[in-house]
Amino acid sequence: MSEEEEVFRIVVDPKDHRDLPRTVITDCPSDLMNKTGSWRTLRPIVDKDKCINCGICWKFCPDVSIHVKEDGAEVDYDFCKGCGICAKECPVDAIEMKKEEDYV
Amino acid sequence: MSEMKIVSGNYASAYGAKLSRAEVVAAYPITPQTEVVEKIASLVAEGEMDAEFIKVESEHSAMAASIAASNTGARAYTATSAHGLALMHELLMWASGARLPIVMTNINRAMGPPWSVWADHHDTLAQKGTGQLQFFCENNQEVLDSVIMAYKICEDEEIMLPGMIVEDAFILSHTKEPVEIYDQELVDDFLPPYDPDYKLDVDQPLGFGSLGMPDWYMDFRYKIFEAMEKVPDKVEEVNKEFEEVFGRDPGGLIEEYKTDGVDVLIVTMGSISSTSKDVIDELREEGHNIGLARLRTFRPFPVEKFRELIKGVNVVGVLDRNYTFGHGGDAAREIKDAIYGYHDPIVKDYIVGLGGRDLTPKILKNIMEDAISLQDKGLDEEIEWVDLKINQERWRR
Ligand code: SF4
Ligand code: SF4
Repeated sequence: MSEEEEVFRIVVDPKDHRDLPRTVITDCPSDLMNKTGSWRTLRPIVDKDKCINCGICWKFCPDVSIHVKEDGAEVDYDFCKGCGICAKECPVDAIEMKKEEDYV
Repeated sequence: MSEMKIVSGNYASAYGAKLSRAEVVAAYPITPQTEVVEKIASLVAEGEMDAEFIKVESEHSAMAASIAASNTGARAYTATSAHGLALMHELLMWASGARLPIVMTNINRAMGPPWSVWADHHDTLAQKGTGQLQFFCENNQEVLDSVIMAYKICEDEEIMLPGMIVEDAFILSHTKEPVEIYDQELVDDFLPPYDPDYKLDVDQPLGFGSLGMPDWYMDFRYKIFEAMEKVPDKVEEVNKEFEEVFGRDPGGLIEEYKTDGVDVLIVTMGSISSTSKDVIDELREEGHNIGLARLRTFRPFPVEKFRELIKGVNVVGVLDRNYTFGHGGDAAREIKDAIYGYHDPIVKDYIVGLGGRDLTPKILKNIMEDAISLQDKGLDEEIEWVDLKINQERWRR
């Protein structure tokens, strides 16, 4: 988690309200600290052989959790919530939603 | 040089914002507040006030723009009234949660329907839970003074909360009185520039207002509680400092008018206090041991102060220029809450002057005489509506 460690922090590990700034202020990409991937019940699996790198899944993903690399789309499972929008939108059906429980 | 001008409460507000060197003013006009916006717009246009004047399409946007401005570290000011204030409701809470010391003037006006543009405190009191400090003014000088003091209180690093200056529709907003417009240098010495420790800054990006999970939200709320608890002392401290610099005592938390050792205490808010004081004088001359407490700071409610003040008092007659659709008026309810377990006087709530209904010296005297009579006969009605068609004869006689 390099991005998280690199940034300057106002408060590190607050113990109680006395350590907090007066209101909620974030000095780092706080979304990176909340691993929403743990909410997932369905897991998108990309078939890279079918993927045509069109980028539609990336455009539609509400969590910016799928990235199109040279060899096809890749899911960031730390943050993907498993909504299935990417699978629905993929024009060549390269993404399949599988049960998360089969992977943990 | 300070100069005396004959100005309306609305202009007094505008001059208060100018003297406080408000840097961003975002406002939307509404009767009876319109002149505040017009005056500031013209002061800015004529180069007399160095502020960014933002024209917005609603009061909701006015407060949103003020929040953004305040977040960048600018001193922000706005003004509104009644339905405009109600439309701001969501953002009023945002301003306090984000701990932004925005100061605004609300011209007290009745909420419709029935449609009304006249004085009534319901609009302001309906926002009492939004984290805004609330200061009710008696005259136009106090309006100007309170704007300046509010910035000093709200911007204190231990407080950092938004505040509202409250003046009665037309009775203050459109009535002209002599008001001392202070020398700018004097105000500058009293009120240093606003310089918060955290602000929106492209060179050091920060995120404001993000998620607070259940294991932290409550602790942030506790911080507001702590700040609110510090406000009463701060109000008195700033009031004292103000008096030293400007030679005027705006009244702090509660203005005490002849309250020493009284049997009957009348509590008022806003512009009716002046007429009430005259009536108090009359009754005292007639031999009644009666005094008046003008509730100036409604939020936070001066709980401790009331406990001191009500000690030894037999009857507290509260004039509530509001009916907040609950059990009577807000001031009486809060007073009872404050003294519960400490003192046990008779507390009677008089609902008065809603929607601008006139409160003549005669009506006020009848109210006070009624309060005096309770000493012998005991509490008749906990809440009484004064000067309705059905009882007008009694109150106007
Ligand atoms: S399942 Fe939803 S969250 Fe996960 S990558 Fe696809 S669109 Fe994004
Ligand atoms: S939408 Fe389908 S084909 Fe297009 S990049 Fe994503 S996975 Fe590949």
